[in-house]
Amino acid sequence: MSSIGTGYDLSASQFSPDGRVFQVEYAMKAVENSGTAIGLRGKDGVVFGVEKIVTSKLYEPGANKRIFNIDKHVGMSVAGLIADARQLVDIARRESANYRSQYGVSIPLNYLNDRVSMYMHAHTLYSAVRPFGCSIIMGSFDPQEGPNMFMIDPSGVSYGFHGCATGKAKQSAKTEIEKLKLSTMTCKELVKEAARIIYLVHDELKDKNFEMELSWVCEETKGKHERVPESLYLEAEKSAKQAMEAESDSDTEDM
Amino acid sequence: MFRNQYDSDVTVWSPQGRLHQVEYAMEAVKLGSATVGLKNKTHAVIIALKRASSELSAHQKKVIPIDSHIGITISGLTADARILSRYMRTECLNYKYSHDSPLPVSRLISQLGNKMQTCTQRYDRRPYGVGLLVAGYDELGPHIYQTCPSANFFDCKAMSIGARSQSARTYLEKKLEEFPNCGFEDLIKHGLRALRDTLPNEVDLNTKNVSIGYVGKDVIFKILNENEIASYLNMIEGEERRGTAAEAAPAAPIREDAGDESAPKEAIPTVAMDTE
Amino acid sequence: MYNGVDQFTAKPFWHNGPAPGAIYNFPGTKTHGTNGSQRSQTPITTATSIVAMKFNGGVIIAGDILGSYGSLARFRNCPRVLKVNDNIILGAGGDYGDYQYVKDVIEQKIVDEECLDDGFKIKPKSMYCWLTRVMYNRRSKFDPFWNTFVVGGLQDGVPFLGSVDKLGTAFEDNAICTGYGAYMALPILRSALEANPSPTEEEARALIHKCMEVLFYRDARSFPKYQVAVINKDGTDIQGPLEIQQNWNLAHMIN
Repeated sequence: MSSIGTGYDLSASQFSPDGRVFQVEYAMKAVENSGTAIGLRGKDGVVFGVEKIVTSKLYEPGANKRIFNIDKHVGMSVAGLIADARQLVDIARRESANYRSQYGVSIPLNYLNDRVSMYMHAHTLYSAVRPFGCSIIMGSFDPQEGPNMFMIDPSGVSYGFHGCATGKAKQSAKTEIEKLKLSTMTCKELVKEAARIIYLVHDELKDKNFEMELSWVCEETKGKHERVPESLYLEAEKSAKQAMEAESDSDTEDM
Repeated sequence: MFRNQYDSDVTVWSPQGRLHQVEYAMEAVKLGSATVGLKNKTHAVIIALKRASSELSAHQKKVIPIDSHIGITISGLTADARILSRYMRTECLNYKYSHDSPLPVSRLISQLGNKMQTCTQRYDRRPYGVGLLVAGYDELGPHIYQTCPSANFFDCKAMSIGARSQSARTYLEKKLEEFPNCGFEDLIKHGLRALRDTLPNEVDLNTKNVSIGYVGKDVIFKILNENEIASYLNMIEGEERRGTAAEAAPAAPIREDAGDESAPKEAIPTVAMDTE
Repeated sequence: MYNGVDQFTAKPFWHNGPAPGAIYNFPGTKTHGTNGSQRSQTPITTATSIVAMKFNGGVIIAGDILGSYGSLARFRNCPRVLKVNDNIILGAGGDYGDYQYVKDVIEQKIVDEECLDDGFKIKPKSMYCWLTRVMYNRRSKFDPFWNTFVVGGLQDGVPFLGSVDKLGTAFEDNAICTGYGAYMALPILRSALEANPSPTEEEARALIHKCMEVLFYRDARSFPKYQVAVINKDGTDIQGPLEIQQNWNLAHMIN
């Protein structure tokens, strides 16, 4: 990044001499400072997992959730500036409502993805606004179409994914996700995997307290996006903690 | 005079992925005098420390009623707070008009958050330079919410913001377990003690510089009058004050002291930007 | 909830370009000309009476499923009792198109609320108040929704029954009938309630069936198939179409 500080990196409407838009890249840095969010797409639905870092014990547990319902059939998990993300949640909800009022059916996820990513992209074109400081993952399940998942960057670029991760520990989370045979796994299994990965990538030294959020949209929920039931959450959390202990045991044995 | 070249506009990201203008707006909150919010199972209480700009002036109001079930206390730019409180009043009123029931506190706060966020993303706006503590009561019980210029908001068990508020937060964290089960009177006493911890040694709470508001089950939001405040102040009078100023100072970040009552007046920006 | 524009919201940044998601609005579809326009003067496809009453522990609302086109019995499957959420049921008479529009708006309102997932569910009194505001607003623009709505539900466990008409006139009562039912069925319900102010659900169901039968014989815009919505402490239930057993043996005695 040799052009940093040369004055070509102060506006989203300006290219640097080597053809980059630095403001967008800087916005992505904001995402990398946030707790990790992952999305896993299995054969019968999509599972979201979020590592929500808690900075004060004065906050109520469960405050400032980072997994949102967009529509009955669409869920979204976010990483980055939460205030920015809420604005995108609002936009995505409006687009879903708008589609339903025009066509009388729920919005297909690829259409919603198009609309939201266009909106984010529009914020990378003008000097009068700044790019969004967050990445979002959207997932849905439709009995006919099956599961679907997209991730959108601050640049407005989006891809469909089988498994994706964003935030602080996206690299190590990705490595873990790549080990899974996603397309053959059920959501019940994936919830446990998501919990395990969130616990695994959490950095206890840097961020002491965190809450894990888990949600899913799948065959079992009849295509509705919702938080995983408490019993399943506790089960997943327990096995994640056990997996952590097993890992640290084997580490000491190696030494 | 810039601290760096990335801090001139809210629309500019720094290479580290920070928004300096928004962070500076967060500093404005620390210029205002401290305020405390806390709750038990039935009531939410907000207590504020008021300042007077001169011997001849009255103390600036810090607690603002929003609706029968919501009140706020502010720290930062008073004028910005008036815009936000007018918005909150309108939203509550509109909801009551169209739904014949009070607006749930969490909904009001998220609407407010989205309104505040737009100011952090546009060239033609600046963030609101004020932090709020919102006390509210709805079907889910009492709530204390904190809002920031960054458009972040937090659902809190207890919270304190404003100048030297770290000392109050330390007190609140220490006593946190007691709040849910304590009585209304004790709740106010805890709040007053937390607020007192933010004061320099030579200053004490009195009926003129303290404001108390509360809301609860079957009680509409109310601001106490001087006589009522006096009776609560009497209850904590003579108690040993936590630590001396010497102990308190290192615990609080340096900037926290910017709004110190004993600090020279020049430290406070006075140009059409009263911070209370 | 998502109207967005009020005195506190800043003006949009972009003008003359497509709003996100609005790219399918065709040009030249402006509805309001400058030379004045005429609002609808009559309903077109209409539905007739709604019959509703409170009983001990709940509310019952019934309406037949005929869509009349003037005096022509044109559409034979127009359901018009609706479950709004676990607390609220709704019945509608009058213009069927207007009802379908309002129904879509209400359903989106419920989806919006479910998405928030904040532990609040709209209650019948709020729904009734909101509908009243909508109806009164439209009539004040001289462009009413040509309907009469009946809102029923449990307000914190207590039965609620209210009605709103196209003028925004709203009232609550223990028994409400709209349209022709106000003349033919309401007296039956009132005298029954006078004799027994707190009927059981079974008694109420029988009474409503009796009313639907009377209305079928007397109301020329009625139909022998109807639906019944019931709300009680166990939740909401929509039954039907139920059939009225016809017997015209008496007909030859009438000149």
